[in-house]
Amino acid sequence: MTGFFRLYARSPSALVGLVLLLLVIAMALTAGLFFPKNPLALAGPPLLWPFQDAHLWLGTDNSGRDIAAQIFHGARISLLIGLAAMALAITIGIILGALAGFYGGIADDILMRITEAFQTLPNFLLLLMLVAVFGSTLTTVTIAIGLVSWQAPARLTRAEFLSLRTREFIQAGRTIGLGDATLIFREILPNALPPVIVYASVVMAVAILLESALAFLNLSDPNVASWGNLIGLGRAVLRTAWYVSAIPGIAILITVLAVSLVGQGLNDALNPRLRGR
Amino acid sequence: MRVLALAGRRLLSSLPTLLIILVGLFLLLQLAPGDTVDALVAQMGGGDQKLTEELRRFYGLDAPVAVQLSRYLWRLVQFDLGHSAIYGKPVASVILERLPATLLLMGSALSLAFFAGIVLGILAARKVNQWPDTLISTLGLVFYATPSFWFGLMGIVVFAIKLAWLPPGGFETVGAGYVGLARVLDIARYLVLPTLTLALIFLAIYLRIMRASMLEVLTLDFVRTARAKGVAEQAVIVRHVLRNALLPVVTLIGLQAGTMLGGSVVVESVFALPGLGRLAYESVVQRDLNTLLGIVFVSALLVIAVNFIVDLLYARLDPRIA
Amino acid sequence: MSTTLAIENLSVALPQGADRALALEGVSLTLRQEEILCVVGESGSGKSMTANAIMRLLPIGVGVAGGAIRFEGRDLLALPEAEMRHLRGSRIAMVFQEPMTALNPLRSIGDQIGETFRTHTSLGRAEIERRVLGHLEEVRLPDPRSAARAYPHELSGGQRQRAMIAMALALEPTVLIADEPTTALDVTTQAQILHLIRDLQRKKGTAVLFITHDFGVVGEIADRVAVMQNGRLVEEGRAADVLDRPSHAYTRMLLAAVPPLAAPPARPVSAETALNIDGVSKTYQTRGSGLRKRSTLALDNVTLSLPKGSTLGIVGESGSGKSTLAKCLVRLLTPDTGAIRMNDVDLAHLSRREAKQATARIQMVFQDPYGSLNPRRRAGELVAQGPIAHGIAPEDARARAKSLFALVGLDPTATERFPHEFSGGQRQRIGLARALALEPQILVADEPVSSLDVSVQAQVLELLKQLRARLGLSMVFITHDLRVAAQICDRVAVMKDGRVVEEGLAADVFSAPRHAYTQALIEAIPRRRQPLF
Repeated sequence: MTGFFRLYARSPSALVGLVLLLLVIAMALTAGLFFPKNPLALAGPPLLWPFQDAHLWLGTDNSGRDIAAQIFHGARISLLIGLAAMALAITIGIILGALAGFYGGIADDILMRITEAFQTLPNFLLLLMLVAVFGSTLTTVTIAIGLVSWQAPARLTRAEFLSLRTREFIQAGRTIGLGDATLIFREILPNALPPVIVYASVVMAVAILLESALAFLNLSDPNVASWGNLIGLGRAVLRTAWYVSAIPGIAILITVLAVSLVGQGLNDALNPRLRGR
Repeated sequence: MRVLALAGRRLLSSLPTLLIILVGLFLLLQLAPGDTVDALVAQMGGGDQKLTEELRRFYGLDAPVAVQLSRYLWRLVQFDLGHSAIYGKPVASVILERLPATLLLMGSALSLAFFAGIVLGILAARKVNQWPDTLISTLGLVFYATPSFWFGLMGIVVFAIKLAWLPPGGFETVGAGYVGLARVLDIARYLVLPTLTLALIFLAIYLRIMRASMLEVLTLDFVRTARAKGVAEQAVIVRHVLRNALLPVVTLIGLQAGTMLGGSVVVESVFALPGLGRLAYESVVQRDLNTLLGIVFVSALLVIAVNFIVDLLYARLDPRIA
Repeated sequence: MSTTLAIENLSVALPQGADRALALEGVSLTLRQEEILCVVGESGSGKSMTANAIMRLLPIGVGVAGGAIRFEGRDLLALPEAEMRHLRGSRIAMVFQEPMTALNPLRSIGDQIGETFRTHTSLGRAEIERRVLGHLEEVRLPDPRSAARAYPHELSGGQRQRAMIAMALALEPTVLIADEPTTALDVTTQAQILHLIRDLQRKKGTAVLFITHDFGVVGEIADRVAVMQNGRLVEEGRAADVLDRPSHAYTRMLLAAVPPLAAPPARPVSAETALNIDGVSKTYQTRGSGLRKRSTLALDNVTLSLPKGSTLGIVGESGSGKSTLAKCLVRLLTPDTGAIRMNDVDLAHLSRREAKQATARIQMVFQDPYGSLNPRRRAGELVAQGPIAHGIAPEDARARAKSLFALVGLDPTATERFPHEFSGGQRQRIGLARALALEPQILVADEPVSSLDVSVQAQVLELLKQLRARLGLSMVFITHDLRVAAQICDRVAVMKDGRVVEEGLAADVFSAPRHAYTQALIEAIPRRRQPLF
């Protein structure tokens, strides 16, 4: 474990990413500590600029709600949705990709057709429709984002399985009598997972961006303090109080950047051969 | 000619995909609470049961799902996209009105992202691990992490509000009556920020892929052969590495076409552009089934068309395909 | 003969963390005009590094640590890069090992050969075209015109290598460096390319530095030989001297490890048959681009029998169908027609469950020591998996694994290590142990020593001979290397294009081949042709 961390730590950008991510996680964890009240409750006069008031150090939004509180609590939402949607997408993707890649033939054809369908249809449009049909609660939004994000992990897993399936150690496994299930789960999967795990960070980053875009368009859950909601609110007062939109955007940027850097760091650590790329 | 036949065959095989999409979404939308008539009635300020039933019968929404679906598919084959209850016009004409703005936006964003991404990717690969590479790669990462709508808003704040160099939204100066070149330049001014906003994330992606691809190709055997022939480094890059490195990026364009269309929904909303993206958003909110499905159909066609062009391009670049 | 190129005390350093500090240590070689110098060694000997050093195309992180390379009165290592570039391709040229990847797949052959002219001369397009065609003709490519227009993937391996040679000799260089140019080619093609290089060398008087691991090649074309081991030059001299009277122990060991081309006298063989292959055919359906289906006939009515306790060799070049046949024997593939009978049970037509039981008795050893072991499993587990899958208790299976390790010459305590901690030869032993774990009657070995260095190869072959005697195994041994087949096989079957063209006792097939293809195959094997003076 320490050996792996040392490999990881060789890249300065990976370390920066890790630090930033830990910061965001810290924000999420301490949100209840620093801002015990409901973040969507009124806290002060509306459209107060940052650094004017010691208690409201990031100012207030159009309705007078504490922006700093919304940022901290919003971290919870973003990380939660990011992780959950990513987990859903990766799980679906791995299962479908493994089956298609291992068995080939009809299973593969069907999967490829479905993946192509999802790809031809702009995924944000599909997201809009899912949200329109199933509503805008946190759960439905998370599941919807997961449902539009599984194709890339599936294609990645399928590609890995296709290439590993013909490798000699798998053929050897067949000749000594190992069954399909054993081959898939105990022989191929552990070798196929690393690139998919690394890609999970990309899925998470995209999930966070998708949720914030939905929130911006007023299509996400309005009852939670989400960063995207805040940006949407700030749009109405862009001329005078542009900070309302600017601050949560920076929060999103830092979080997605952190997730991406950590993912890249993982990739470099798992493939030391490609270091310097 | 084999190239055209190949791409043509791929085109034909996308038809079942199109079918899957349309049928799937049609069925999905049946699950939506409330339909066009509900939205219409709400718009009218309420109505009685009899009126709602009348309207349903008028729009054919009272028939069983299977019948509605087959009716829809049959009309589709004749390119009749139906009638928009909300706009009171045929869906086809609504879409055609909004198509140019989206096409223009997507075309310019794609071109910018592609060319800028490639140039920056090449630069980064040439100076790998030195300061230009670090700078470009970092910028790429930041662009990738930036939410596009936020970037658009900040762009409006800086360039439209504070500096007043560019307009904050819209497609062209309304009521100014420009024609010809003046009109083109006017529209161009309005499209600067939206294009930059939409292109941002794709620029980052193409940059990263081009850089990685260049570095990968530089390790391949035939590059060593070229150097062993005494070819100068610059010529090695241009004549041997470039074309080979471009292949994955070209493939990517096709794969990302759908994503870019999706991105235009948000960008058009931010900049109030009269395009398909914003139309899609409005249709979702107003439960205009016909228009929504029409947009999906047209989007899918667009993506298929882009993929067709990409296939042709790829086959031109890579003689191994035919 | 005067010296064209002189390497003086060259040392090349590897980056930190490599398995040794110096890739080359104090290497001194001379290459003389109009002669072929063969640099021979196993993997890791530094022979390729020497070639790269001469061209100054060392990989990133690897640098020259001392010495000089004198060419035409100058030290190549001290030249500025621009001047070195002038020499590359025009005075010193190089041919590489893998013709498929050494040519740019997106540019035509003619374009790439023409590039040599465009880089170093100011000739016009028409003149360049004329010369390119001339060179393509010189390397005996049929139809030079279409070859010039063709892309690399449209030519065969041998044709691509000819094109590479044409490209290298385009500007009539003084020195030609050939880095294992025939290793990736079939035996018959290899022979043609070797002769081509030798003929061109005699005609143009080029000095050739020929890198190889194959002593047969050395015997075939070398005027002088240099033997390298672990970055050092251990022996050097005229070919006849080194081959007949090697002075260094390492050279002697290498020469002893090369299997001779004559088969040992036949062993007594049982009358019982262990395996009967009867009329087996298999066609591959590959879906070409789009809807067109291309079918390739991999096996065409193959009939062979394996006497109990003996070894049947199946030899052939790539595309002969030998690997397909091997896979059919262990049920990795199912033949379309025909039967494979072992003890009156037809293996080809069993259901999957029945096949699992039956195939325990016929096991396979694979070719690639690096790809045939799951990198994430411990070595002992890999050997114990088979018995466990067939119902043996895990502790018993692991105990069996340990005893098998001892049997194949590995340390029984090494069962806890991972594959990457073993060498190539050791990994093949693990593969052997895995195959023997199920106590099979028949062992199918699919090119088990082809990826190994020649010294390790000899050890593994010796191990196989011991095991077959001890365990009474019947073996099917698949290889493209006739020397290896001659050593270990009792009977030999020669395959071409999916058909068996000749079959018989090894001694007979090698001393008196009947089929024209077999004759051509044996003739093509590189070896000393006549005593050198």
